[in-house]
Amino acid sequence: MQACTLTASDLACRRGDRVLFKGLSLALRGGEACQIVGTNGIGKSSLIRIIAGLMPAFAGSVATTGTIGLIDERPALDPQLPLGAALAFWQRLDGSADAAVERLGLANLLDVPVRYLSTGQKKRAALARLLGQNASVWLLDEPLNGLDSDAVKLVEALAGEHLAQGGICLIASHQPFALDGMGQMALAEYTL
Amino acid sequence: MSASLLQLLRRDLAMLLFGGRRGGTMLPLLFFLAVAMLFPFAVGPDPRLLARTGGGVIWVAALLAAILPLDRLIEPDIELGFFDQWALRGIAEEWIVLMRVLAHWLSFGPPLMLAAIVSAALLGLDGHTLKLVELGLLAGTPGLAALGVMVAAVTAGLRGGAALAGLLVIPLAVPLLVFGAGSLATGGESGIALTAAVSLVLLAITPFAAGAAVRAARG
Repeated sequence: MQACTLTASDLACRRGDRVLFKGLSLALRGGEACQIVGTNGIGKSSLIRIIAGLMPAFAGSVATTGTIGLIDERPALDPQLPLGAALAFWQRLDGSADAAVERLGLANLLDVPVRYLSTGQKKRAALARLLGQNASVWLLDEPLNGLDSDAVKLVEALAGEHLAQGGICLIASHQPFALDGMGQMALAEYTL
Repeated sequence: MSASLLQLLRRDLAMLLFGGRRGGTMLPLLFFLAVAMLFPFAVGPDPRLLARTGGGVIWVAALLAAILPLDRLIEPDIELGFFDQWALRGIAEEWIVLMRVLAHWLSFGPPLMLAAIVSAALLGLDGHTLKLVELGLLAGTPGLAALGVMVAAVTAGLRGGAALAGLLVIPLAVPLLVFGAGSLATGGESGIALTAAVSLVLLAITPFAAGAAVRAARG
């Protein structure tokens, strides 16, 4: 995996006419992980989107090296396609062969249209997309939502393996996420 | 990059062409034929009147048919998170939009040109008029496709976006309609050349306007 870094300096985020947080700085190198914790609406998802470059920061700057993979509440899979075909689109785009469907427990769901999948199954499918992307910086926005306890352990194991390979994990979640050596950042410290 | 664009085009075509998964892809075609079929009922069976106005009817029907799929062109992909994932992979919105215009045109332009032959028979158009209609549609439908994608991107995420998109496309399509249908009245190729010029302008603007609109809608 390519060397990757993630540096955010003095970030501020504004939604509407409210400044959600300001003065937030963060630096992660390959093999490091950080969990952003905070109550609902404090700006965890916004922070993830700012770091992903999908939302402009109100102030401050973000610099990342390495490819970014994102998991959020939207799986980006065509609802009307069978799961296998929906994942195949991303495999062709990312040039990956194996989407780790066996390990994620999706092997017998490949014929089922995505719209019939449960929340947890869609989340597993999104993880399959992420694994196929082979990105070095993982931005996970509430990755455990809708997952059963076995799947939670699986996601934690996948994140651990990703770190061992020299990747970065930035996890926004209010649920506990067990990962060795992961730092925590409480967003409440940066609110006004 | 070009391999990615090919994959995008392949997905877009699977969505929009016949039997496409985004539903109702035959609708514009059937709608077009239905309008052409209803017109003689509305104005009466006088063959001279039909022959004189038929070409214009085909143009209006084509415009209305192109409006039908607007709400499915851009908004679902923003809502489902596709545009976010493409952005992370470094695929520019401008390219995505260009592929979408191409797929949208392929899904309604050539089918309408085929259906226009049937409509011409229903309306009793002669061969020369049919030729002008077909050439005009060939020059004008790419512009309609570009306009449709641009307006779909601008109205994506707005409340009542679908209705608003239809309302916005109609006045913006006036130049295409004036020159395209106007070529029938003047009987010359200048009208078709002007239609093609308007189409080219729309095709040139759309990737940038729609790309910017998609980025703004992402918020």
